[in-house]
Amino acid sequence: MAFDKRKIFNTAFFWGCRISTWGAILILGILIYHIVKQGYPWISENFITNFPSRFPHKAGLKSALAGSLWVISFTALIVVPLGVSTSIFLEEYAPRKRYMRWIQINISNLAGMPSIIYGLLGLAIFVRFFNLDRSIWAGALTLSLLVLPVIVIASQGAIRSVPQSIRDAGYALGARKWQVVFQQVIPAAMPGIMTGVILSTSRAIGETAPLIIIGALSYVAYLPEGPMDSFTVLPVQIYNWASRPQESFHGLAAAGIMVLLTILFIMNFIAVYIRQKFTKFKY
Amino acid sequence: MKVFKLVILMVGFFSLTPNVYSAVKGTVRVDGSSTVFPITEAVAEEFGKEHRKVRVTVGVSGTGGGFKKFTIGEIDINDASRRIKAKEIKKAKKNGVKYLELAVAYDGITVVVNPKNTWVSHLTRTELKKIWQPGSKVKTWKDVRPNWPDRKIRLYGPGTDSGTFDYFTEAINGKSHVSRSDFTKSEDDNVLVQGVGGDLDSLGFFGFAYYVENKKRVRAVPIDDGKGPVMPTLTSINNGTYSPLSRPIFIYVNKIGAKKAQVNKFVKYYLNNAPQLVKEVGYVPLRAEEYQAGLKKFSEFAAL
Amino acid sequence: MIAMAKSKALGTGIKLYLMACVSLTVVVSGSVIVLLGKESIEFFSQVPFFDFLFGSRWEPLLEPKSFGVLPLLSGTFLIVVGSISIALPFGLLIAIYLSEFASHRFRSIIKPALEILAGIPTVVYGYFALTFVTPILKSIWPETEVFNAASAFIVVGIMILPMVTSLSDDAFRALPSSLKEGAYALGATPLEVSIQVILPAASLRVWAAVILAISRAVGETMAVSIAAGANPKLTLNPLESIQTMTAYIVQVSMGDTPQGGVEYLTCFAVAGLLFVLTWSMNALGSHFIFAKGKN
Repeated sequence: MAFDKRKIFNTAFFWGCRISTWGAILILGILIYHIVKQGYPWISENFITNFPSRFPHKAGLKSALAGSLWVISFTALIVVPLGVSTSIFLEEYAPRKRYMRWIQINISNLAGMPSIIYGLLGLAIFVRFFNLDRSIWAGALTLSLLVLPVIVIASQGAIRSVPQSIRDAGYALGARKWQVVFQQVIPAAMPGIMTGVILSTSRAIGETAPLIIIGALSYVAYLPEGPMDSFTVLPVQIYNWASRPQESFHGLAAAGIMVLLTILFIMNFIAVYIRQKFTKFKY
Repeated sequence: MKVFKLVILMVGFFSLTPNVYSAVKGTVRVDGSSTVFPITEAVAEEFGKEHRKVRVTVGVSGTGGGFKKFTIGEIDINDASRRIKAKEIKKAKKNGVKYLELAVAYDGITVVVNPKNTWVSHLTRTELKKIWQPGSKVKTWKDVRPNWPDRKIRLYGPGTDSGTFDYFTEAINGKSHVSRSDFTKSEDDNVLVQGVGGDLDSLGFFGFAYYVENKKRVRAVPIDDGKGPVMPTLTSINNGTYSPLSRPIFIYVNKIGAKKAQVNKFVKYYLNNAPQLVKEVGYVPLRAEEYQAGLKKFSEFAAL
Repeated sequence: MIAMAKSKALGTGIKLYLMACVSLTVVVSGSVIVLLGKESIEFFSQVPFFDFLFGSRWEPLLEPKSFGVLPLLSGTFLIVVGSISIALPFGLLIAIYLSEFASHRFRSIIKPALEILAGIPTVVYGYFALTFVTPILKSIWPETEVFNAASAFIVVGIMILPMVTSLSDDAFRALPSSLKEGAYALGATPLEVSIQVILPAASLRVWAAVILAISRAVGETMAVSIAAGANPKLTLNPLESIQTMTAYIVQVSMGDTPQGGVEYLTCFAVAGLLFVLTWSMNALGSHFIFAKGKN
């Protein structure tokens, strides 16, 4: 009797898990269907290679696409080493003292700050104080601050999960601390770190408000020629089109979202590939 | 590493655009209202075809946000859906920023109801004030006119810090930012359209362009300002018979900017081509003589 | 000998570099505190602290003005609690399915696919809530307003679901298989293994995932503004339209409010309050984790 009850609960649980997963997939499907239905008619070669225009059929994403790529590349270049380094310190090198706990709380707190505050911060520090003006540098630095906590927290979890035996074996072979950390622990923690990178870059590429505050433009008819150039990004352009009254601009916005999601998908695919590769280091 | 290389490749690919050179070069920095933005974008687009070396950049930080930058001289032109306010004038003076106000188009704030609303034929200015004034006792349609249904009236409007709201309250209630506070606010006018369109008892207001694009989802209410009910149309907004909700929208030009060749040319191009371009993006052009007057004022301003 | 010295120097150099990275996070927090603190102090010189914290009417821009922050607090509370109550259970169930039951191929497709949910721009979620979720809610509860909190927290829940799922899934898979194998060997069902062995063992990382998810929910502005409107209202009824603290901050900083006035300063006061609240929540959570970790 007792066994039957357990079995029933277990089957219910199993189906609960299954339904949840399929439910989430269904919702993803509905969202994507809506977007594609509205945006598909507007996808064309012109759409990618044209600059924005007041005529919907002439408008394109060229400047926004270039801007997004520039900003995201710089953001990743800044924040991935920075975030992973911070988490390495916190997990491997930090003394187990009281004040370290406060630093930890601090980081979790930064993760929760609304992105608009980072926008205001970026404006005050990078645009005004460091005189970077409304440039790609200012945008990338601001976004880096924004996603830094996400990478740190995700990487910390990954590093913490690496079994102590790996480290002990390294020391036993006579390796120095930094050798153990960078040659054993990090590769082992790479899957979790990549998850953090994926989640944070996905977030960064979709951010609108903080970039508008530091001066991302809504009409740009040229391509950035360097990191000190002014710029626009995909979500800002999409938001701009979505708030217009004309239905055709809404279609353009949907098409823009399709492009954004495609880029996201490619980025994720590359990161997942790296993640799979490192998971081969299974102990 | 792979990712980096891939990205650089993509960026390089996109940088391969031909460059056509023209005499005038430099940048024109514009920011400000999202209401005026479509017009400025249209002008920038056409201007850019004739002057390829000039970079016109347009941001949408909002009229207030734009003024913040304008009054410290960070931008050449501010798109504004309302007139500059006292505090902003003070700041500009403090920073030595001299400016000129130029009207570029009319927008008609349209009062709308749900298409299935059969009882509202028109509204008078007094009735609008009765509904929207602070501390208003109007809770049902019957409170406005006794022969209207005894149904709860549900109000929709743009956010309290938008230029549209600002102008509406000033025109209807006599002073800007003075209004009852229990209405459904939304930042996005498209969203307001959804709201009014989905609620039988709704009464809302937003810019003319949003009404024109959604005639199937909302119904415009003619407004009576003492001379009979007037529907908002291109003509009635242009000749001022749609009152009091016809509002001018502006650009403000910085003196230092006006002296730069590219900005000077841009502003002149703006005023010269506005009659055509303004219509294309859903706004109402000023009368021809008003544009001429603006051009004259600007030439004098830039010459000083 | 020299090689050893070089190696040691490199080690010290690395340690210093890592410390510098961490100090940066402190500097960032410090700047935020300075930025918010300065303006908040200015604000409280004009508005009594008590009125702000315990007032039940938030109307900073229209006469008669009132600066009671409770409506914004209740709005944020509704969204956060609502979205977590969707994302946590379903997120964990999906994570368990992916790590325990699903085939390798299934997982390798579905996990990245669900991560896409996190990348869909919030504007899309806002319109989705307005045009898809709200009509469904209206058909079940006719008194649902066009703009309501429930639509908002449902889509925010969907938005943060991948965070819970992906990070928990990573956590589950990182557990030594001996843990699970032992339990199965004793005859436990997958349900029992999941609830009694896996979850507790991975609880630290799961908790971290939850904190990240809550943080995103708190900071969500655009989807909430579109779906729930911009009406500060002290209510716990999810079928009504509300405004959250963050949505208000965005409204003020991107809108038309002239700089320097009390209305403008409200932005910083609300941001400051938010900062204090999230700090306390994190400190409290850390207390529990610390106590747990000791075992």
